[in-house]
Amino acid sequence: MSFISRGFKGRRRTASVAGRLPPGQYIVDGFPVLSAGPTPRTPLDRWDFSIVGQVDQARRWTWAEFLQLPAEEITRDIHCVTKWSKLDTTWKGVSVDTLLDGLETSADYVLAFCDGGYTTNLPLEDVTGGKAWIAYEYEGQSLEPEHGGPARLLVPHLYFWKSAKWVRGLELLPEDQPGFWESLGYHMYGDPWREQRYWGDE
Amino acid sequence: MVATRPRLTWRVATVRDIVPETARVVSLVLDVPDWQGHRAGQHIDVRLTAEDGYQAQRSYSIASAPEEPWITITVERLEDGEVSPYLADELRPGDFLELRGPIGGWFTWETREGGPLLLVAGGSGIAPLMAMLRHRAAWRSPVPVRLLYSSRSAQDIIYREELERLAANDPDLAVIHTLTRAQPKGWTGYRRRIDREMLNEIAWAPEERPRAFVCGPTPLVEAVATLLVDLGYDPASVKTERFGPTGG
Repeated sequence: MSFISRGFKGRRRTASVAGRLPPGQYIVDGFPVLSAGPTPRTPLDRWDFSIVGQVDQARRWTWAEFLQLPAEEITRDIHCVTKWSKLDTTWKGVSVDTLLDGLETSADYVLAFCDGGYTTNLPLEDVTGGKAWIAYEYEGQSLEPEHGGPARLLVPHLYFWKSAKWVRGLELLPEDQPGFWESLGYHMYGDPWREQRYWGDE
Repeated sequence: MVATRPRLTWRVATVRDIVPETARVVSLVLDVPDWQGHRAGQHIDVRLTAEDGYQAQRSYSIASAPEEPWITITVERLEDGEVSPYLADELRPGDFLELRGPIGGWFTWETREGGPLLLVAGGSGIAPLMAMLRHRAAWRSPVPVRLLYSSRSAQDIIYREELERLAANDPDLAVIHTLTRAQPKGWTGYRRRIDREMLNEIAWAPEERPRAFVCGPTPLVEAVATLLVDLGYDPASVKTERFGPTGG
């Protein structure tokens, strides 16, 4: 017999929303902030974004150059491993496809690296094919530092710790190697629909 | 390697005791079968299941020391919350509660890591820091600690007596309160939100290579972490955790 919490009724969601909510998640209206340390503040004139590692030629953009790249408007639901989900968040940013366009690589993985030393790992196929962006606007405004500004990775189909704040580049790697939270108990892949929160979750 | 780590299985704990801490906060003392132990600062996930199978999950920091026989979590009742009113009002000793953990390997401290420690808490953000203080007390560790704890009023201070008791016989532990909304008559302590001047007075000098743990609502955590870096703290030595009113 499965476990029942005596006296717990809970709050049901409307059917229209229920199908959009992965297991164990609940909806928030605000935008909670989570980070492991102080918010880094890199001046824009010292900001750049690079593609390094197993590539035929490293690529680098200054902030001004980055803003010249073709940008997209993105509307997606996001899911944080701490259980909150937020529906229909709107972003503007550059598709990772655009950044990698024409690049020669035999890598299968990327490690996103960030100001403040944060890293997170992802399969290359999860940041290509229209699935990931470097976002610098949220709801029509410049992305606030506490939410990862000036720019953050946006990979909405995975738990939101994969959407690294203060991102400064992607390192292309032949093997998967754990990033910050992935070294500290959190799942290597992080699919919210399969509830891959922690080490050992299937 | 990572793939072979043991799964954090759901376990059915028994509620041993429910301790009122303040008007809005209770501590749940839980007997967890086959608990593998934890480090001070880690948290657990709690999962509630209704009769029709509907489930809700939330995370709670562990407030007890690893050395204690039971796991204690401290829950603030959020008025519009889904889970915290159940935990705070409905649950009784003897009831069962499903949980898994321990989770989180960053916001943790063990006595052998040394100090000095600067602990900064807002409201129920004291819980994981209390685990560190209880752990330190269990080992009679001489690591110097300063705790700066922001509460709305004296009635909202969680673990007030235990903090007084811990500090009373320990010259290496200083507990400093600030009360932001209301102060009792004769209150001589701080009476405002944590600011630069307060941290200047309380925080260890950066030269002493302190470790800082900051836990509370986001505005407090953002402000304190930024101020500590301004004071000269190495950003890597400032660890943060949020207790936002993000659900409940």
